[in-house]
Amino acid sequence: MGAVVGTLTMQTKQRRPSRDKTDDELEMTMVCHRPEGLEQLEAQTNFTKQELQILYRGFKNECPSGVVNEETFKHIYAQFFPHGDASMYAHYLFNAFDTANNGSIKFKDFVMGLSILLRGTLREKLEWTFHLYDINRDGYINREEMTEIVRAIYDMMGKYTYPALKGDVPQQHVDAFFQKMDKNKDGVVTLEEFIVACQEDETMMRSMQLFENVM
Amino acid sequence: MAAGVATWLPFARAAAVGWLPLAKKTMPKPPVDNSSRSDEILYLNVSGVRFQTWKNTLDRYPDTLLGSSEKEFFFNEDTEEYFFDRDHEMFRHILNFYRTGKLHYPRHECIQAFDEELAFYGIVPEIIGDCCMEEYRDRKKENQERLAEDTEANESMDAPLPPDSTPRERLWRAFENPHTSTMALVFYYVTGFFIAVSVIANVVETVPCRPPEGRVKDLPCGEKYQLAFFCMDTACVLIFTFEYLMRLFAAPSRCKFMRSVMSVIDVVAIMPYYIGLVMPENEDVSGAFVTLRVFRVFRIFKFSRHSQGLRILGYTLKSCASELGFLLFSLTMAIIIFATVMFYAEKGTKGSTFTSIPASFWYTIVTMTTLGYGDMVPNTIAGKIFGSICSLSGVLVIALPVPVIVSNFSRIYHQNQRADKRRAQQKVRLARIRMAKKGTTNAFLQYKEDRGLGGRDSDSTALCVKNRSAFEHQHHHLLHCLEKTTNHEFTDEMTYSELCMTESVGFRTSRSTSLSSQQGAQNNPTGCCPRRARRRAAMRLANSTASVSRGSVQELDTLHIKTTSIPPQTRSSLNAQADNLKLNCGEQDFTAAIISIPTPPANTPDESLPPSPAPIPGILRNTRATAFTHETVKISSL
Repeated sequence: MGAVVGTLTMQTKQRRPSRDKTDDELEMTMVCHRPEGLEQLEAQTNFTKQELQILYRGFKNECPSGVVNEETFKHIYAQFFPHGDASMYAHYLFNAFDTANNGSIKFKDFVMGLSILLRGTLREKLEWTFHLYDINRDGYINREEMTEIVRAIYDMMGKYTYPALKGDVPQQHVDAFFQKMDKNKDGVVTLEEFIVACQEDETMMRSMQLFENVM
Repeated sequence: MAAGVATWLPFARAAAVGWLPLAKKTMPKPPVDNSSRSDEILYLNVSGVRFQTWKNTLDRYPDTLLGSSEKEFFFNEDTEEYFFDRDHEMFRHILNFYRTGKLHYPRHECIQAFDEELAFYGIVPEIIGDCCMEEYRDRKKENQERLAEDTEANESMDAPLPPDSTPRERLWRAFENPHTSTMALVFYYVTGFFIAVSVIANVVETVPCRPPEGRVKDLPCGEKYQLAFFCMDTACVLIFTFEYLMRLFAAPSRCKFMRSVMSVIDVVAIMPYYIGLVMPENEDVSGAFVTLRVFRVFRIFKFSRHSQGLRILGYTLKSCASELGFLLFSLTMAIIIFATVMFYAEKGTKGSTFTSIPASFWYTIVTMTTLGYGDMVPNTIAGKIFGSICSLSGVLVIALPVPVIVSNFSRIYHQNQRADKRRAQQKVRLARIRMAKKGTTNAFLQYKEDRGLGGRDSDSTALCVKNRSAFEHQHHHLLHCLEKTTNHEFTDEMTYSELCMTESVGFRTSRSTSLSSQQGAQNNPTGCCPRRARRRAAMRLANSTASVSRGSVQELDTLHIKTTSIPPQTRSSLNAQADNLKLNCGEQDFTAAIISIPTPPANTPDESLPPSPAPIPGILRNTRATAFTHETVKISSL
């Protein structure tokens, strides 16, 4: 029966709307995105030409079309954390990199983000981290957002931890964080509060320096 | 972890900055990476074809040859490239794997060659991409089947019987492979004959014969000549029983044997007779008895031991079990559906033959298989319409699984043919290998003579030396070392078997196995060659002084080469001559060689000489004359 109808459809060659959409989708995935020139990128980021070349080669190999979409990103990030579930944190991370908010990371976004993280000033790094935590981009980090982030991080740990996760550890962690960061106790953390609080934190400053030469 | 992910690792580590504000403790120090940051291009020379790739590309898979430090073993410092002496076409695929992360299987390559390349480069075949995995698996399975057949064929058919098998093993072997001995062959044909006789008797039994006097009705022959048929039946059953019991006795694993198909057939073939013997002759059970006789027809299955084609058919059916099952199931479904429909369609008509749904089953089956006996015919229009749909769909349903079964049968049949062809090829190949091996052995033995020839005949040695490659030299040296190590020597098959035959025969002169060696002691030649004495002792040669009879060989040691032409026409004459030889035991290496002197010249030289390049192994002859005279003989002592 299906064959009969199928033959009939083929005969009439009706262009139904669904077929148009599939065509469009196909076109979109086929589109290759090329980054701007090497010199421009070099000017905009803190990487040298060689580093950009290496980065691009790796990037292009993974994503021949030139863009990373969220699914691929999650999949890649999950590879690093096989014990737990890294999808939520990867989602937030993706949003942090996707500055243009169009659902895909191009090489430029990728490289700019990396430039800040690896070669940026302290303030730039802290700003980037703030934007990571500020899920709805309203300029404030409230408890809910922080709880989400912290839960996502703990999810990556997985079930089998030592010592075992008992009680609502993420919540406690969030409380400790707010204790430290929220100076005026208004329930939200602004960018300035965040930066000031971080600079006062000795442990964190020490750790920041360790990440200088990851790349 | 997928390799490509390695490129994202720096990114993931950078993103860890996002955890810092939340961290309660200081982060650990990152590992120090001393390797140069900048990427470099590596040159890979694979049998002349140069490939270039980034170092990072290869580093993606650190557990392979190219990704680990193992490739440093192949690094050529002069040309500053990695040289691999492998197939460059296959290497293309391997390198593409590093580049794209997917391994493809080139369809035109031999599967074993591909596997070997993968093994060399340390890549597991499991990562072949989905696009090529099916093809790879199919080819690999086919190859393995082929190899399994080979080994199985070798084991079962051509392997010679181990010399120390028990009679039971020999019997079993005779049953399984009738070609191994004449007795087995005879038995095989006899059983085949009796199977045929039994089956024909069963058939003829039912043919109507002329009735005896006084009766009008035709009688089946079975009843007319009851005694004759009974005797024939008894004889056949006796043979079958005997055969079954013998097989049961000889079987290495009785339980397994009893469970095998052939054994079950055997039992089913002979049981009815015995049951018929013990059953009383009353009317009630004779009906059942008649049914039992039906089982006698199973004797025809016993032919499958004799016919390979039958076995193939059986094996095909077994391997197509799933397709057959599907066919059966779909047919059953269709039968039930159509029978129901036909029954209700024809329900109203008077005198309809479709009396019930099970009765309609018969109509449906006959129609679907397009037999159309015509004993049940639909009369209503609806019945006729559904009847035609039934026959059309019958054709379709049956036609679907049939090609699968056919292709299976064809594959198995061809495999069998291939097995037969390969067995023939194998025989030829083995013969060739044996010839080559003999050549090597002879070459070695020849070499030993030449070496011993040493200072004597420098011209010929030089010639011989030149004709040997460095490889041969070293190989022979190695064999020589082994000889020295084990204190035994190499000889050829013929010599060895002859020596085994003449173990009991001693030598002419008495031997003492004392190890005291004397120089040039003609009367105590064994003393010079303690090794030889030990060997002789090891061969359990008696030290009688009996002269060796014809057909036996003598074992001689070579101590010395003389260019005297000694015609060793008879053993005794040789012995006599030996006394005159100067034995320089001390001078040279005792390159002992087992020389076989063929039988005394009553046999024609041609007969006694084996057809090999070195006519008589161990006996050096400069001229390589096929005549029975030895120009140079390395004889030490007797």
